[in-house]
Amino acid sequence: MLNVLADFVGELRAAGLPVSMSEHVDAARAMRVIDLGDRTALRDSLAATLVKDGDHLPAFYTAFDVFFATRVATPPSDATPDGEAPDGDAGSPGSGQSQGDGGGASAPLSADQLADLLYRALRDGDSTALNRGARAAVARYAGMEPGRPVGGTYYLYRTLRSLELERLEARLTDERSAEDDQLAKRLARDEARARIENLKRAVERAIRERLVEDRGSTALAKSVRKPLPEDLDVMHANREELAQLERALRPLSRKLATRLARRRRRRRRGPVDLRHTVRRSLSTGGVPLDLRFKPPRPAKPEIVVIADVSGSVASFARFTLHLVHAISSQFSKVRSFVFVDGLDEVTDYFDGVDDPAVAVARINAEADVVAFDGHSDYGRALLNFHERFANDITRRTTILILGDGRNNYHQAHADVVADLRRRARNVFWLNPEPASYWNSGDSIIDQYAPYCDRVVECRTLRQLEAFVGELS
Amino acid sequence: MTSLDPRQELAKRLGLEHLPPVHFESAGDVRARLAKHEYLSDEAIASVAFLADRLAKPVLVEGPAGTGKTALAKAVADAVGARLVRLQCYEGLDESKALYEWNYRKQLLRIQAGRSEDQAQESWSELEEDIFSDEFLLTRPLLEAISATDPVVLLIDEVDRVELETEALLLEILSEYQVSIPELGTIRAQQIPMVFLTSNNTRELSEALKRRCLYLYIGYPDVQRERDIILARVPGISTALAEQIAEVVRSLRTLDLKKAPSVSETLDWARTLVILGREEIGAEEAVATLHILLKYQSDIERATKEILGRTVSLA
Repeated sequence: MLNVLADFVGELRAAGLPVSMSEHVDAARAMRVIDLGDRTALRDSLAATLVKDGDHLPAFYTAFDVFFATRVATPPSDATPDGEAPDGDAGSPGSGQSQGDGGGASAPLSADQLADLLYRALRDGDSTALNRGARAAVARYAGMEPGRPVGGTYYLYRTLRSLELERLEARLTDERSAEDDQLAKRLARDEARARIENLKRAVERAIRERLVEDRGSTALAKSVRKPLPEDLDVMHANREELAQLERALRPLSRKLATRLARRRRRRRRGPVDLRHTVRRSLSTGGVPLDLRFKPPRPAKPEIVVIADVSGSVASFARFTLHLVHAISSQFSKVRSFVFVDGLDEVTDYFDGVDDPAVAVARINAEADVVAFDGHSDYGRALLNFHERFANDITRRTTILILGDGRNNYHQAHADVVADLRRRARNVFWLNPEPASYWNSGDSIIDQYAPYCDRVVECRTLRQLEAFVGELS
Repeated sequence: MTSLDPRQELAKRLGLEHLPPVHFESAGDVRARLAKHEYLSDEAIASVAFLADRLAKPVLVEGPAGTGKTALAKAVADAVGARLVRLQCYEGLDESKALYEWNYRKQLLRIQAGRSEDQAQESWSELEEDIFSDEFLLTRPLLEAISATDPVVLLIDEVDRVELETEALLLEILSEYQVSIPELGTIRAQQIPMVFLTSNNTRELSEALKRRCLYLYIGYPDVQRERDIILARVPGISTALAEQIAEVVRSLRTLDLKKAPSVSETLDWARTLVILGREEIGAEEAVATLHILLKYQSDIERATKEILGRTVSLA
């Protein structure tokens, strides 16, 4: 068991969770005092000792399901006929009928039978029957081929598609609410959704179990490993991941603001205030025991953000604008501009809005950023910015340019950036593409790079947070 | 490999004569006894509380506001029949408020009293020994919990509010169950207290602190558990109504609200409906009492529109 634990800890570390030596020891100790046959207790105990951040729990559960699927749970259905016996004992209404064919995946239920079994399991909230149904569904629909190095998302998709979840949901909803009341309907729908969600999880579990059997947990863990929200690649995130990022961003910006404010307060020390020190020294007979300092000049920078919001990098720009404005109290002024091939100032959108996400949503809908064909044109946008706003740039301004530098073969106008840099304190370029892709295709980041203080690769929230933290 | 049981090991380090008895038999025992004190736990909560007892480690509890983090510590204290010692954290909390402070007024009095009695022979070293003794020590919650001889549960509430430097104060207590006072030496715990820390996650706690604790995340409960909580905490409510309330609240939590309703707000709502004598929630009651669950006007408007399919009338 200790070896399994060591492997498991190794997997967690590989997934990016910081697990220290002493936490590993705690987990081992915890395993000595709990009932190892109880899978839930094992999971909760390991979570309590190994994971110290709520955001990391999903990654933990994924790894746990893979590692402790077959070893702790009852052996999966097709090994021995006994494998199903504990399930049957739990006493579900349909158990008598399905016991006979539950013995192996090779004796499948008909499609209608299966649909009916699942429907009844969902309606009655019978988890044993649900798990059995999920296994049968996977056997029937997933079409799993042994030895393929996949994580199972494809199998999940295939199984769920065949199960026709919308119909199932509608059936469950109708079952509950006959009345024509909006509230009752809504409640019935949410209840049905929650149950369908259970089914999805059961199917996912069933697929995992079979994959583990096929390829062993260590290999599988690698392919199902989910990156932590702060390590997700912003540019290639799918919709669900974007929602995850959105959720992660709010606490992240709040934490960043607290940290920066603390740092500023702690640094509160200007040069020695001689007058004050001498006056204080009178009480100690003229010996300056107690040095007094002048209050510091708050050297808060002014920030100007110029963001490309064309399709490919839009989500990155959104996150950065959100983050910068969320901590705007740490800067003396923040101005934001967005462009595609035209440029528009969007600073006002953030005024008097307590949630930057609202403002960011408005930018997408309202900002006037397309002048011609709607393909990014960095040269034109920067030229436009220079014409209209160059005089507002002072020695206290830090300029952030966000974008991948993919200029669609337009003119670069890099001299504009050179002039901006002469006027500003710093010019930074944040590029959401991996550094290895820079200057390939129509990316002309190298033409701008000589005039920027730094070009930073910013693919994940973690990198973004680190960069913004350095700014103030 | 002679690995001691963590409790024995700690007891030995603390120099306790006999090993204090464990509080809980099993995770199931935790659940049953917490339930007796009207705290309905789930498996994760019970497991972690059980481990905290067996491994003699503090528990760091995180989660959204109003999900029963503080209530857990209180319920555990009640269940094991211990006194709850509570340290409420805030920005600016320091050693003298959290650990101990010398009662310097009393010390001054003592010195002056010594003089007026005109006993010049009282030597300085005697006096010094005298004024730095227990008598002149004001104990604050942490020291109180450590030096208590009766069983205590220590609750360090909202630990994320203190500065990083102050957090370091806690480390000695959390890992060694002792407090070092320069003038007195080290004060070790007389028993093994259970320690709970709560955090609303407004900032990242230090690695050192997290490493010393077990971690428990308490999120919003599922419908069944929330229903049971309502049944346990709101007298005179029917099961049907409790279930309906739990379902409405779940639906509300799926909306993108500024502040999702917490468990304590759910309980307030349930009590209100009972007082109003309702047996079920219709759209009318829901609209009239939604402000108990939701605290922002924009949230109320949104919920009314999406769940009840109406617009808020400003009448």
